[in-house]
Amino acid sequence: MNRYELNKNLAQMLKGGVIMDVTTPEQAKIAEEAGACAVMALEKIPADIRAAGGVARMSDPKMIKSIQQAVSIPVMAKVRIGHFTEAQILQAIEIDYIDESEVLSPADDTYHIDKAKFEVPFVCGAKDLGEALRRIAEGASMIRTKGEPGTGDVVQAVRHLRLIMKQIRQLQNQREDELYHAAKELEVPYELVSYVHQYGKLPVVNFAAGGIATPADAALLMQLGAEGVFVGSGIFKSGNPAKRAQAIVKAVTNYKDAKLIADLSEDLGDAMVGINEEEIQLIMAARGV
Amino acid sequence: MNKRIGVLALQGAFAEHMAALNKIGADCFEIRQKSDLTLQTPDGIILPGGESTVIGKLLQELDMLGDLKKLIEKGLPVFGTCAGMILLAGKLSNDDHKYLGTMDITVKRNAYGRQLGSFQTMGLFKGIGDLGMTFIRAPYIETLSEDKGVEALAVVNDRIVAARQGNMLVTSFHPELSEDLRVHEYFIQMLT
Repeated sequence: MNRYELNKNLAQMLKGGVIMDVTTPEQAKIAEEAGACAVMALEKIPADIRAAGGVARMSDPKMIKSIQQAVSIPVMAKVRIGHFTEAQILQAIEIDYIDESEVLSPADDTYHIDKAKFEVPFVCGAKDLGEALRRIAEGASMIRTKGEPGTGDVVQAVRHLRLIMKQIRQLQNQREDELYHAAKELEVPYELVSYVHQYGKLPVVNFAAGGIATPADAALLMQLGAEGVFVGSGIFKSGNPAKRAQAIVKAVTNYKDAKLIADLSEDLGDAMVGINEEEIQLIMAARGV
Repeated sequence: MNKRIGVLALQGAFAEHMAALNKIGADCFEIRQKSDLTLQTPDGIILPGGESTVIGKLLQELDMLGDLKKLIEKGLPVFGTCAGMILLAGKLSNDDHKYLGTMDITVKRNAYGRQLGSFQTMGLFKGIGDLGMTFIRAPYIETLSEDKGVEALAVVNDRIVAARQGNMLVTSFHPELSEDLRVHEYFIQMLT
């Protein structure tokens, strides 16, 4: 049986959906009720990790289990980059997807997890096509932009998604005999470069993540080519989480309908305050290339 | 005139269904909001895999649930895969929700457990033959009403994973994820 195919297939079922960060079973239920296609269980949302400082690690398995019991949709959780033991633990509690995430403190400054060794699927962050394809080569069955988590500022997610899409278009337009050099420059296997050249897309589903705070942010990334979005701090750091969550779900489904998104954007209460790019102390996206 | 199939495109693997329909030469279009359903009534409709809680909720909030239900009750051919099966089920055994509820089947959600329970297998599909089947956090049919004309079309490990009741076809598995287009062709046959 081909586990990797099944794991890519689960990501296909999440497309067009919104994956929401939650820290308690109550938040998980609010997210599910609002139309999340999956939840990311973690002890602190990225904005609070950023504020607290110190080493951020995998969440308490008991807390993750309580969220698994609270909802019927897929439950994801984060491990530190390179921390394959944390990943083994999450596999042991039958997590639906592992996020090998730059939001947590990296456990290894050289090596990512050999994800092909696992039965459960992995999603990984990327800033450019090279990173995305390296993670896929290691066994990731889903990719997301890194963006800059916990900032409420969408600029980095936009930058990363635009770059990935541009590099895909460039590969598509290259001659076949140029692909070997492209593989060398991107530092990725030739087979993956060849796939992108032929099909004009990544071999796995690609979501946008990092700094998404409004329905308009989500629709912007969908129009730029994301297949769905992760919303981390943007929901439960805002004035009216349930309403904002529902609005983002609907904006992702009808991301080209400006009139609908205008209606959805009314009376959402305060968005998360956010931090501008130049005010950020810690650039999480630089972790794990 | 060529038959036109609407693919419900609120969330999930709708693009895969469109690709499968394109390969067998069927016309199709996305249904994202109410006007897509009312301005051009489709000759058939596909309810794709995805998260049934999300698709069901969006059907309600975008005010499409009632219209769609009426069309199906009037005989519009419909094909539901995975989440689509859940939307059509008259009853869910482990969930209080009910969405379209037009088919006389009782369905168990996430019946094989979490993602580690997802699997591929070969199974016999009545009227088609041996078929590769991909199950992703899949439901199955616990009971069906034979006296109301529901017929089991595939049984895997003693569980009913495909059935038909008149104009309604459901599968627990995902024919749109395979290269084998025979279930989509079977559905096209239901349109004529």
